[in-house]
Amino acid sequence: MRNCCLRELGRMDYASALELQRRLVLERQQGKISDQLLLVEHPHVVTLGRNGHRENLLASDEILERAGVAFHPTDRGGDITYHGPGQLVGYPILDLREWKRDVAAYVRALEEVLIDTLADFGIAAGRIPKLTGVWVDDRKIAAIGVHISRWVTSHGFALNVSTDLSYFHYIVPCGLTKPVTSMAALGVRATLEDVGYVLAAHFGRVFDCQMPLAAPALAGARKRELI
Amino acid sequence: MTDVVMPQMGESIVEGTLTKWLKKPGDRVERDEPLFEISTDKVDTEIPSPAAGTLAEVMVEEGKTVGINTVVARIEENGAGAAAAPPAVGAGHARPEPAATVEAAAPAPEHPPFVEASAPVAKAAAPAPPAAEEPAPAAEPAGPLSPLVRKLARENNIDLSRVKGTGAGGRITKQDVEGYLAQQSAAEAAAPMRPPAPPPVPAAPAAAPAPPPLAPAHPAKTRIEPLSTMRIKIAEHMVLSKRTSAHVTTIHRVDMTAVAQMRERNKAAFQANYGFGLTYLPFITRAAVVALRQFPLLNASLDGNNIVYHNEINIGIAVALENGLIVPVIRGADEKNVLGLQRAVVDLAARARSRQLKPDEVLGGTFSITNFGSFGSLVGTPIINQPQIAILGVGTVDKTPVVINDAIAIRSICHLSLSFDHRLVDGALADQFMSKIKQVLEGWTEEVQ
Repeated sequence: MRNCCLRELGRMDYASALELQRRLVLERQQGKISDQLLLVEHPHVVTLGRNGHRENLLASDEILERAGVAFHPTDRGGDITYHGPGQLVGYPILDLREWKRDVAAYVRALEEVLIDTLADFGIAAGRIPKLTGVWVDDRKIAAIGVHISRWVTSHGFALNVSTDLSYFHYIVPCGLTKPVTSMAALGVRATLEDVGYVLAAHFGRVFDCQMPLAAPALAGARKRELI
Repeated sequence: MTDVVMPQMGESIVEGTLTKWLKKPGDRVERDEPLFEISTDKVDTEIPSPAAGTLAEVMVEEGKTVGINTVVARIEENGAGAAAAPPAVGAGHARPEPAATVEAAAPAPEHPPFVEASAPVAKAAAPAPPAAEEPAPAAEPAGPLSPLVRKLARENNIDLSRVKGTGAGGRITKQDVEGYLAQQSAAEAAAPMRPPAPPPVPAAPAAAPAPPPLAPAHPAKTRIEPLSTMRIKIAEHMVLSKRTSAHVTTIHRVDMTAVAQMRERNKAAFQANYGFGLTYLPFITRAAVVALRQFPLLNASLDGNNIVYHNEINIGIAVALENGLIVPVIRGADEKNVLGLQRAVVDLAARARSRQLKPDEVLGGTFSITNFGSFGSLVGTPIINQPQIAILGVGTVDKTPVVINDAIAIRSICHLSLSFDHRLVDGALADQFMSKIKQVLEGWTEEVQ
């Protein structure tokens, strides 16, 4: 069975996580490391996909700044989205050539992981055809945006666990005028850590891989960066 | 001429939207260098060039959606430029399959990284968009050079023939150049008055270790190293536990002679039948399980003003790792005999050390045992593994002279310590619990397999 190393990064700012993803993608492409699943919580940030529309950012730079929200263009698929405290963000770094070599199947599999995770917490979530993401009725609870380079994935998903949903008012999430929700808004109280553990187990099952816990190798990686 | 087609990115995908050309007609492109981007269903994908050469013609403009296998561009392979030739490696060295391998040469940069003010100070040389075709340095080393490597070399005025390539076929990668730069600056810092260091031995095909940088003249008095994620977690957990529980530790001396005899009798059979030895730990775990059944408060948690009694007995076993520790859980420990417990301990410890544990295997413990005796400790006062109520510490088992019926005897003695949460458990109960463990171990009769 393949290995997918689980790295729990805790709270990490978006740019640092992006930089870490870049390095891991490179090492994955070179075959130096196994697949990876990064789980992280970001401070308030609004990110815009490569083909996103800046007009979906409703707030001015000044308002964002006053609210302590950073703005960050990025290279994932999808439009605009918000990340912040209480949101479980997952960045799988997978070589899809060792899985199904199928981008659409990959996105559906991410949805499956999220749907099964929510089911374990008693939330019936599902898909809406043509609208990638995970939905509870017509409210979006998890967003997906992916980048692929030489079949290696980066970026991933963001699941609202106890996110302060008012921050979504600054944007039109994913360019869709549909409401968002969170596990807490649906009456489920869970920590990011708890949800992360359950999610990692489903991830291992859906992608048919072992999920060894993060090795302290991350410290080594940081060290190299500081040289 | 090589046709570049819209690739099929999955079984159900019949078309793709070409969102961005990363090269312009006339640009030089390396094989496997990202050439254009497509977008399908929230997924942006960079498509690498199938060949090295010059981008001769672009047939599909940005924003257009075309079916798979549609020709979107053509590449002229005989275009000018040093890199068009195959890498200068041994004649017998087969060119790797295009799709199956990734060139170790530096990848073409994607976009300049966006760095927030709070981002860690990184990168001596940040990747930048590729410059247009540049004249190659005078001495062309083995293998084609990526635009990024050329740019780095030019900016830092490096003679690339002095850089050892570690990429495929001895190619020079971005890392090689950065390593060379770091080495140079270290050498300069160490001996500013010396003439430049002689060039390293020309690139050997095998990735030989780079010569160590010279020691700095004034060694630093401290060394700063960031904590590993695991260390951060351990640190947080330990402090949280000390802050949460009112820790008290009680220590009992246990005569392990009966267990030692049982162990001696079965050790060889365990090794022969199951492939692992027989240690004291499964006996102690078994005794703890018996005592936990009798005193369920020790197998509980405190939730606000409620006591949560756990009907399952799931025992966490602390396993020391190179840079930390982890506490995998034996689930349903009360349903296992000594053999079953020993098997579980061996399996969990081995997988903990090789980092093969599944996340749920470290969850759900209701009581923990830590065996510091295996490192020679007589007695310890362990910290409770939250949200549990108590943790049992196991000291070394040593042959010791003891007084029995006013005579001195040699017995196998072990000190067991129990750290418990005084919020929920009083000393009298804790010592009754320990007495039960002691009684089970000292009067051991149960068969082990």
